[in-house]
Amino acid sequence: MSFFTPENLEKAQVLVGLYPDKRSALIPLCHLAQGQHGHLSKEAMEEIGDLLGIQPAEVMGTASFYDMLHTEEVGKYVVGVCTNVACLLGGGLELLDHASDTLGVPPGGTTEDGMFTLEEVECVAHCDKAPCAQVNYRYFGPLSNGDFDKLVDDLANDRLSDSVPPHGVLSRVFRDAPPMVPLEIIHQERREMDEAKKARLAAQNPDAGGKQ
Amino acid sequence: MSTKIVTARVGLPNSYALSSYLEHGGYQSLKKALLEMTPEEVQAEVTASGMLGRGGAGFETGRKWSMLKQDPVRYLVVNGDESEPSTFKDHLLVENDPHQLVEGTLITAYAIGATRAFIYLRGEFALGLERVQAAINEAYAYGAIGRNILGSGFSVDLVLQPGAGAYICGEETALIESLEGKRGYPRIKPPYFPAVIGLYGAPTIVNNVETMSNVPWIVANGGNAFAALGKGRSTGTRLFALSGDVLRPGNYELEMTSKTFRDLIYDPEFGGGLREGRSVKAFIPGGVSAPWFGPENLDLPLGQDEVAQAGSMLGSGSIIVLDDHSCAVRAAWRITKFFNRESCGQCTPCREGSGWIEKIMHRLELGSGTETDLDLVLDACDNIAPGLTWPPQQTTICVLGPSIPSSVVSAIKMFRDEFMIHIKEEGCPFVH
Repeated sequence: MSFFTPENLEKAQVLVGLYPDKRSALIPLCHLAQGQHGHLSKEAMEEIGDLLGIQPAEVMGTASFYDMLHTEEVGKYVVGVCTNVACLLGGGLELLDHASDTLGVPPGGTTEDGMFTLEEVECVAHCDKAPCAQVNYRYFGPLSNGDFDKLVDDLANDRLSDSVPPHGVLSRVFRDAPPMVPLEIIHQERREMDEAKKARLAAQNPDAGGKQ
Repeated sequence: MSTKIVTARVGLPNSYALSSYLEHGGYQSLKKALLEMTPEEVQAEVTASGMLGRGGAGFETGRKWSMLKQDPVRYLVVNGDESEPSTFKDHLLVENDPHQLVEGTLITAYAIGATRAFIYLRGEFALGLERVQAAINEAYAYGAIGRNILGSGFSVDLVLQPGAGAYICGEETALIESLEGKRGYPRIKPPYFPAVIGLYGAPTIVNNVETMSNVPWIVANGGNAFAALGKGRSTGTRLFALSGDVLRPGNYELEMTSKTFRDLIYDPEFGGGLREGRSVKAFIPGGVSAPWFGPENLDLPLGQDEVAQAGSMLGSGSIIVLDDHSCAVRAAWRITKFFNRESCGQCTPCREGSGWIEKIMHRLELGSGTETDLDLVLDACDNIAPGLTWPPQQTTICVLGPSIPSSVVSAIKMFRDEFMIHIKEEGCPFVH
């Protein structure tokens, strides 16, 4: 039994092929898994480990470092309210309090119906729209309390499914490119480039020739 | 007439699409570089431009490239992990002009002879990731990436890498670790520069998104034209991200040193001033790692050396304004909370110190602190950056730890009376 759907497994194999060392695909694969399942389940981490030739514990050990990678279940919509300094000056902490009241959960909590997880997040680089929030990493701001409630209502009633896709920041656009140029060809080209460069420098600077 | 370089196409319809980019001169610089220039000629133009890296450290781009060890395998990594609080310039560039970033990256890959190029974007930029990936897809189809680019005989692949939420991955060696599929732990120095040992142990150039976005213009117009803008070491334009208590927060691309902080904050074309009846109490000139300035520094020009000489830094080019209705203690506390949360945990002074400092600052803000807490918090700061100098002394692997004291020291130095009111009144006197 495979964790990834056939379509995602194909994508996973493309991702693994993009790097000289396949472990580099770890974070992209985690995003892919979250796109499919919301969070990183044990099965997902096992399969990612298999794809990368590492232990599931190494996947867990890496994933647990990153705020966006969830090793426990999260709601359909992860709502991140920023309270860092620009948002703080614009009322971000008060917005977080309000969000907590509206959703009925403290920061870090998930609503009982599994729709929303509320997070207090650090600066998400949307400071000219303070106070701001992200829902599944799509931007909203500046948000008054009323705007926030309307946003939650729209999300709960599926009115924003176009602009806020389910999880996974790689879920909507995927690499569509020819296979990588074989490294032997690149290495051959670079050797020739470097030799040509050396020859040009030697021609410009006959005295320095041979000292390289 | 102000020159726009990196934001010239921002605001055009579909500015992120290849068709729009090609209509406005897109990929002409790549063509010029690959077909008419040698790699060292491209590098010479960038060196002549005098462009300082736009990420925060302000290192000369041309000099960085020249330090790249000429091993057969070497990499280019673009740092788009923009996470310095209140910095949102790369956010604008990746969403609105991703092809400019791609073109600059490809030209740089040619100039330095990179085996492969990577663009590392912070994971929270969902739309930015979509736009850059779409641009890469289009550029492959157009023949600007991959085998035998535009018939030049030069081949290179470009890979987009998403981050996953960690401020520290903006530090270049942590970014490299993250790109290798590991926890974002900064690497022990030396070696000081990835240009010697970087990605997969190979020499690597790490450049910021805005830096890369300037490269097509430099190739098109020449390094000297870029150097003619600005003054001294501050050449070209910069994208300043203005936020906080101003009427028109936003990104403003300005010729370096041509305007002052006062212009940026008050000019109706830029910040548009403050709310009725309010005045600037303090501003942070270059991201939350930078020491704060008071109103007496408003007339400083927006230049690298000018800000450094006045005792702070231009850093990532983000300016945060606090007006006289905002609480300095609260702002400083929130900044320490950020550092505490984002410390990677490798080094004791940073891991432990940031927690202590945050706790003390929080109780001071809440009004349960005491006057001796002021000395205590400064002492904790001194343990991370001995002497509390600027630039700070280094006790840790990376500069995150030593960046923590700046805001605390600034707030206590500039607003001791405000701290005292919090202590005496047992609460924050400001309305939130």
